[in-house]
Amino acid sequence: MRKKLYELAHARAGDKGNTTILSLIAYRPEDFAALRRHVTPEAVKQHFAGIIKGSVTRYELPGLGALQFVGESALGGGVTTSLAIDAHGKSLSSALLEMQIEVD
Amino acid sequence: MRTTVRIGCGAGFQGDRLEPALVLAERGKLDYLMLECLGERTVALAQLRRLHDPKHGYDALLERRMSGLLPLIAQNHVRVVTNMGAANPIAGAEAIVALAKKLGLKLRVAALTGDDVLDALDPSQKVLETGESLSSIGPLFSANAYLGVEEMLPALESSADIVLTGRVADPSLALAPLAHTFDWKLDDTERLARGTVVGHLLECAGQLTGGYFADPGKKDVAGMANLGFPFADVDADGNAQLSKVAGTGGRIDRMTATEQLLYEVTDPRAYLTPDVTADFSGVEIRQTAPDTIAVTGARGRTRPDTLKVSVGYQAGYIGEGEISYGGENCVARALLAGEIVAERLRGQFQELRVDIVGLSALHSRPMSDGAPEPYEVRLRVAGRSADRALAARIGEEVEALWTNGPAGGGGARKDTREQIGIVSCLLSREKVRPQVTVLES
Repeated sequence: MRKKLYELAHARAGDKGNTTILSLIAYRPEDFAALRRHVTPEAVKQHFAGIIKGSVTRYELPGLGALQFVGESALGGGVTTSLAIDAHGKSLSSALLEMQIEVD
Repeated sequence: MRTTVRIGCGAGFQGDRLEPALVLAERGKLDYLMLECLGERTVALAQLRRLHDPKHGYDALLERRMSGLLPLIAQNHVRVVTNMGAANPIAGAEAIVALAKKLGLKLRVAALTGDDVLDALDPSQKVLETGESLSSIGPLFSANAYLGVEEMLPALESSADIVLTGRVADPSLALAPLAHTFDWKLDDTERLARGTVVGHLLECAGQLTGGYFADPGKKDVAGMANLGFPFADVDADGNAQLSKVAGTGGRIDRMTATEQLLYEVTDPRAYLTPDVTADFSGVEIRQTAPDTIAVTGARGRTRPDTLKVSVGYQAGYIGEGEISYGGENCVARALLAGEIVAERLRGQFQELRVDIVGLSALHSRPMSDGAPEPYEVRLRVAGRSADRALAARIGEEVEALWTNGPAGGGGARKDTREQIGIVSCLLSREKVRPQVTVLES
């Protein structure tokens, strides 16, 4: 069954320069394994095609039920000089939760 | 020696609400109140105000924030630690002393200076973000090194009621009072890391207590209009319980705290501050009572050799224009309007951004299939130029859509503003000259 991440996890976006930092946190500990299996750096890079232009690095925090994604070249050249309405990319957290994965 | 210290956070960014800090100071039984009000752009903008007038350059809300707080902190013996000194801590301290006199209060203010390192930078050194040299990015007008606990301790030892800094690392606003109270050494990496986690959880104030969390029906937060800000009870080993004042709105639990713990952390195993390299990967957050969590498990390694410096430069002007379209076929009319403006401005801007607010402004496209077509949308066009008049042309062309564009456009707005760019570089610690100046009312 395909599910939006929105149903399984909550998220927060942060920024450093031209880098976006996306935290994905499972509501239930038992869903963390599915997140780890399916929400790979490659899948996130593909989901954000055209937005995250550089690499995506993933950190795993099983004790917190969380994955941390660091996406380079994602904020229109940098928070302070971006022409975007959401220069910080704060709303990218909601964009991440639109991603769909296959769950049992 | 004290067994625990209570530190509240009464502001998490420059424009944060004033009232929650008053609640903390009045009813929070605090030892320390930290106020984090200095973003990277904020300090650069403050430096511009100081260049314009040497009596200014401290936080623009300093007097408003302090006028309500001073009587409460005097009455309840709460010490304030804040970066509201911005680009001019001495002038800020003078302003607080003048305010205290007016209120009939006896207070001591310690101003920490030395973060301004514009003269110490080498123009040939590299920008961290891009690898270019500093001299190639444009006219530099501010450079502030992130100072930390080592530089802040003398200010705390002065027994001042208010410690007023410029650029310091945000978590250091909490860590410095802890290191001062418990006499933590600068090489005690484990305790410094635990205190840094506490500072990091507190530094955005309402972001820990549900102020950036609510999603109706999915993640509900009660009493948001009266959102309470957090405080931490920290023991001599750096273990902490975090909560908020009873009766205030919001929530603190594992979910809100996990979001804040990971917020803006580019490597959870190596969170760098001037004080320590903190490893968040083993942090545990447990709910111990309603709206109360215990935080343990941070580890620490030696602090970085160098200090991070935030450099401000003039990045030209942004011009912006907006206009709305509604009803049947509104997206097509907004797209047509955008094409018209782009054609009229062709070749004049390196980058012209055309957004349809309601459709593509945030993520450039819907991020999932089957997103419904909106009933109304707003065209937004933005671009940057070194020439203010040229930047202003963007808003003028959008406004002109009234009578030179598609049917039914309404609510046109235009704006032109100076843009401050920020980049980072590194500086050896010997290059900074921290100094503490104590003033009394």
